[in-house]
Amino acid sequence: MFDFLTSGQYDVLGAFWVTVQLTLYSAIGSLIWGILLAGMRVSPVPLMRAFGTAYVNTVRNTPLTLLILGCSLGLYQTLGINLGGDTSKEAGFRLAVLGLIAYTGTFVCEALRSGINTVPVGQAEAARALGLSFFQVLRLIVLPQAFRAVVGPLANVLIALTKNTTVAATIGVAEAALLMKEMLENEADALFAVFGVFALGFVLLTLPTGLLLGWVAKRVAVKR
Amino acid sequence: MKISKAAAAAAVAVALSLTATACGGGADKASDGGASGDAKKDKIVIGIKYDQPGLGLKTPDGKFTGFDVDVATYVAKELGYQPDQIEFKQAVSAERENLISNGDVKLVVATYTINDKRKARVDFAGPYFLAHQDLLVRADDTSITKAEDLNKKKLCSVTGSTSAQNVKTKLAPDADLQEYPGYSECLTGLENKAVDAVTTDGSILAGYAAQEKNKGKFKLAGLKLSDEPYGIGLKKGDKELQTKVNAALKKMVEDGSWQKAVDANLGPAGYKADPAPQITEGS
Repeated sequence: MFDFLTSGQYDVLGAFWVTVQLTLYSAIGSLIWGILLAGMRVSPVPLMRAFGTAYVNTVRNTPLTLLILGCSLGLYQTLGINLGGDTSKEAGFRLAVLGLIAYTGTFVCEALRSGINTVPVGQAEAARALGLSFFQVLRLIVLPQAFRAVVGPLANVLIALTKNTTVAATIGVAEAALLMKEMLENEADALFAVFGVFALGFVLLTLPTGLLLGWVAKRVAVKR
Repeated sequence: MKISKAAAAAAVAVALSLTATACGGGADKASDGGASGDAKKDKIVIGIKYDQPGLGLKTPDGKFTGFDVDVATYVAKELGYQPDQIEFKQAVSAERENLISNGDVKLVVATYTINDKRKARVDFAGPYFLAHQDLLVRADDTSITKAEDLNKKKLCSVTGSTSAQNVKTKLAPDADLQEYPGYSECLTGLENKAVDAVTTDGSILAGYAAQEKNKGKFKLAGLKLSDEPYGIGLKKGDKELQTKVNAALKKMVEDGSWQKAVDANLGPAGYKADPAPQITEGS
């Protein structure tokens, strides 16, 4: 039943390693992009607020498959933008990371914004009274407290991101979901075993993430 | 009051499950109808592809066209079903075995390559067609004449498909392979010169090349990179049906309907089909 695992024909670990890489790069990118977006959405400049709101509401409500496929078909195949990847494999990986960052950034932004709302207004007012600028208030006073409140929600986003990387298979990134498709094509007699292996793989990736970050969330939470 | 509510709920549940099983039973009878005498009233459910021009395609007005559809219709006729008694059902590649073994469809005629792994789950009749992995290139491109040429080229195929795996492991491991969920996406790249060739079974490529919007843009390279004998999938162990379908396929070739169907569906693209293969399954 599980002889496809030992046949040496499939590199299951390698495929999951690509999944991990996709997740890591996208997580770092979307954290940065999410902070920038959240900063825009609470900034005093109306134009930036408007851009932040419009971007978040558009991208958050667009199906991820569409974004990723759009990156590949639109940017790469039609406009020839390959983000410095020489082969379609490299280009596909980078475009997938780009799409995942664009999408996940909106969720990070919204989680952060809810965290910012947990910081009492008095804190920001006091900081401004001391003469700190908007960026200083955000960087030194508000965001550090906001982050401590949203570790739990961000863990959710990270778990969702891990599973969303499977969408990268649509543009041919050789990660777990793509290998699963290949195995389903070849191993017609062991469909459920193949499904089981990949489901287990993702559980093994996401469960520790959730447990670890849940523990961190409890430790760093601001007791008010 | 409480008790009567619970009783009512239970009654509804029982009624629902009864109707559900009744439905299931009815469907079973319908799909088993092929062998019994009152076949005239029943329907036959056949799994086909909905998205492959020239082989199995559902048109926007709900009709079905293609070579697989013609074969399915002919075989159904030989089994005693008129065209209006055929119900076509979509059979995407990964689900074909399950559709058959669950009894959702009686036959699968969906570019279904016969191989041993599949034979562990289902039985085949046929083969009724011998396809080869081929390449679709831009009409003015003459740089690809043999498989070795592919190593320097950008290729496109469908994610996880047998053709894509062939390229990766056997034909051209150094080729730059892009994988997409469908051939239409690959054609976008081919047209914009982002890829040099689209690869899969020649019969499938011919269907795309013959489409109105693609006419004159692409051509087949005519390489025979693999053998893909298409069979008709049916329930494992159903020897009687297998024999009948084989006989129907044999008759279809003998009375010329087979050649007619090939010419009508795959001819316009200039596709050179192999002659009808010998039936090897079930003997």
